[in-house]
Amino acid sequence: MGLENLLLGFSIAVTPFNLFVAVVGIALGTIIGVLPGLGGANGVAILLPLTFTMPPTSAIILLTSLYWGALFGGAITSILFNIPGEPWSVATTFDGYPLARQGQGGQALTAAFTSSFVGALFSIVLITLFAPLLAEIALRFGPPEFFAIQLLTFSSFVGLGGGNPLKSLVSILLGFILAAVGLDIVTGQLRMTFGITDLMKGFDFIIAVIGLFGIGEILLSVEEGLTFRGAATGMNLKVVLQTWKILPRYARTFVRGAFIGFWMGFKPGGATPASFMSYAFAKRFSKHPERFGKGELEGVVAPETAAHAAGVAAILPMITLGIPGSPTAAVMLGGLIIWGLQPGPLLFTEKPDFVWGLIASMYTGNIIGVLMVLAGVPFFAAILRIPFAILTPLIVVVCAVGAYAVHSSMIDVWYMMIFGVVGYVFKKLDYPLAPLVLALVLGDLAENALRQSLIMSQGSLTVFFTRPIACVITVAALFFLFMPILTPWWRRLRGLPPTPSAPAEA
Amino acid sequence: MTRTADLVTAALLLLIGLIAVFDSLRLGAGWGSDGPQSGFFPFWLGTLLLAATLAIAVQAWRRGPGKPFVTREQLRPVMQVLWPAIAMVTVTGGVTLGNVTVLPGLGLYVASVLYLAFYMRWVGRHRWLTVALISIGIPVVTFLVFEQWFLVPMPKGPLETWLGY
Repeated sequence: MGLENLLLGFSIAVTPFNLFVAVVGIALGTIIGVLPGLGGANGVAILLPLTFTMPPTSAIILLTSLYWGALFGGAITSILFNIPGEPWSVATTFDGYPLARQGQGGQALTAAFTSSFVGALFSIVLITLFAPLLAEIALRFGPPEFFAIQLLTFSSFVGLGGGNPLKSLVSILLGFILAAVGLDIVTGQLRMTFGITDLMKGFDFIIAVIGLFGIGEILLSVEEGLTFRGAATGMNLKVVLQTWKILPRYARTFVRGAFIGFWMGFKPGGATPASFMSYAFAKRFSKHPERFGKGELEGVVAPETAAHAAGVAAILPMITLGIPGSPTAAVMLGGLIIWGLQPGPLLFTEKPDFVWGLIASMYTGNIIGVLMVLAGVPFFAAILRIPFAILTPLIVVVCAVGAYAVHSSMIDVWYMMIFGVVGYVFKKLDYPLAPLVLALVLGDLAENALRQSLIMSQGSLTVFFTRPIACVITVAALFFLFMPILTPWWRRLRGLPPTPSAPAEA
Repeated sequence: MTRTADLVTAALLLLIGLIAVFDSLRLGAGWGSDGPQSGFFPFWLGTLLLAATLAIAVQAWRRGPGKPFVTREQLRPVMQVLWPAIAMVTVTGGVTLGNVTVLPGLGLYVASVLYLAFYMRWVGRHRWLTVALISIGIPVVTFLVFEQWFLVPMPKGPLETWLGY
C-alpha cells in the first residue's frame, strides 16, 4: 500500500516541469547557502511570493529543493573558506578547513556532499515508512494532544537548545506575544493595537524571518569584518572517485550520524546539536582521536551526515502534525496555508498527490542535488569571491524585495528593518532566534488548541493529564522544560562537575 | 558593556510584558460566557515574560560588566550598512506627514539603484563603470523576474510611470 503511494508520488515528482523546478531550486538554494546572511529559512521566505501562482506540488518542490541546496551550500563555505554558512555547518569547519588548507579540499567536499546525501536518504526512507503511521495516529488527536505537542516543541528548545534556558523562554514568549497582536479571530476583539490600524494585521512571521535572519545576519557579518580567504577547490572526477573508494571505511560513522540526526532532527532545533553530537561521538570512537581537528576525513563525514539527516527529519512533523521542526520548515508551513492547504494529518487522506509528490521529490531532489553540487563546486565557490561591498547591499535589496512581495505592503519592509536590528542585538546577547520564529508561526494554533482544550474541561488544566496520549506528551514536555533546573541538581547528587553548556542556536 | 546591553534589552522586554498584561486585563483575562476571554492567553504570556526577564536582569547584574557589547571599530561597518538601508526604504515609499507629501516615493527599483551605487562607491570604492553596471543591472533583473515573469508588483515611482508601467 505504501509502495503504491510512493509510485504515485514519483509519477508527480518526475515530470519535466517538476524536475526543472527542482534543478532551479537546488541551484538557487546552493547559492543562498553559500552567501553569508542568506540561509535556508530566508531563501524560502523570499521566494515564497513567487510560488503563489504555481501549482502547490511544484511550489513545495521548489521550496524543499531550495532547502536541500542550502544544506549542501553550507558545506562549501565551511570547507573552503572556514565560514559556516549555517549554524549546523560549524562542526564541519573543524576538519574540513584544515583538509582544504592541506590541498585536500576536493576530498573533503566529496566526503561532505556524499555524507549529506547518505544522511538525507536515511531520513527520507524513515519518513516514507513512518509519516503515514504518524499521520494516522495524529488523526485521533484532539486539541489537548495538539497543545501538548506544541508545549513539547517549545520546552525542548528550553531544555535541549543549549545556551541560557531563560533566554530561550523569553524568545518563545516574545514570539507568542507578537503573534497575539491584531484581531483575535475567536472573539473578534483587537489586541495590543492601541488604535493603530497598521497593527491590526499583526506581524507576519515571514517578514520576521527575513529581518531576523537576513538583515540581522548581514549586520553581524560586516561587524566581524568579512575577509574571504578561500582555499583552492581541487575538485575533479578522479578525486571524487578516489574519495568514494575510501568512504565505505566510515560506514559506522555514517550510520551513527544518520541515527543521531534523525532522532534529534524531528524535534525542533535539532540540526545543530545533532552535528556536534555526531562529531563528538566519531571522535570518541575513533582509533585516532588526536587527528580530529587537524584534517581528519571522518570529522567531515560525521557532522554532515547528522546535519542533513536532521534537516530532512524536520519535514516529518511539518507534514504529519502541522508543527514545523525548524524555521525553514515553518516558512514552508506558512506556504502550505497560503496555497490553500490545511497542514496536518488530514493532508495524507485529502491531498495524497501533494504529500507523496513531496516525499518522492525528496528522493529526486537529493539525487539531483548531490550531482549538481559535485559538478558545480568551482562555480559556487566563485560566488564568495564577489567583493563584499557588492554582496552586502545586494542581499539587503533582495531581502527588501522579498519582504515587500509577501503582502505588497511598505510597512512590512519597515518591520523587516526593525526585526533586523532586533536580530542583531539578540544574536549578540545569545537570545536564540529560531524559537521566536516558531512561536510567531504557531501562536494562533497553540492558542486555539489551548482554548478548545479548556472549553472541553470547563477551564481545568487537568485535561492535559487525564487523556493518556496528552498526559505522556505533557509530562515529557514538563521534563524538558525543567531539565535546566534538574540537571545541575542531579549531577551534584551524583558528585559530578556541572556540565559545560552545549552549543546554542538551531 | 554587555551587561548594560543585557539590562537595556531586559527593560524593553519588561515594557512589552507590561503592555501585554495591561492590554489583556482591559480585554478580560478570565473565563467568559463561552470559554477563555481574549486576554487570557496574552495575560499569562506577559506574566511569564515579566518573570523570566526579571530573572535575566538579575543574572546579568550579578555577572559583572563583561566585554564591551560593541566596539567603535565594529559599529562603524554596521552603521554603514544600516543607515543607507534605512534611507533606501525611506526613498522607496516616500515620506508623508499628515496629508502632505514631503518626499514622493521613488519606488523600489530607483531606490535600489541609488543604494547599490552609493554603497559600492562609498564603502567598496569600486570603479564607476562597475558601479553603474551592477547598480543598474540588478534592479533591471529584479524587475524582469518579479514584475514580468512572476507578476509580483513592487512599489513603483515616477520613472516607471513615465516608462509606461
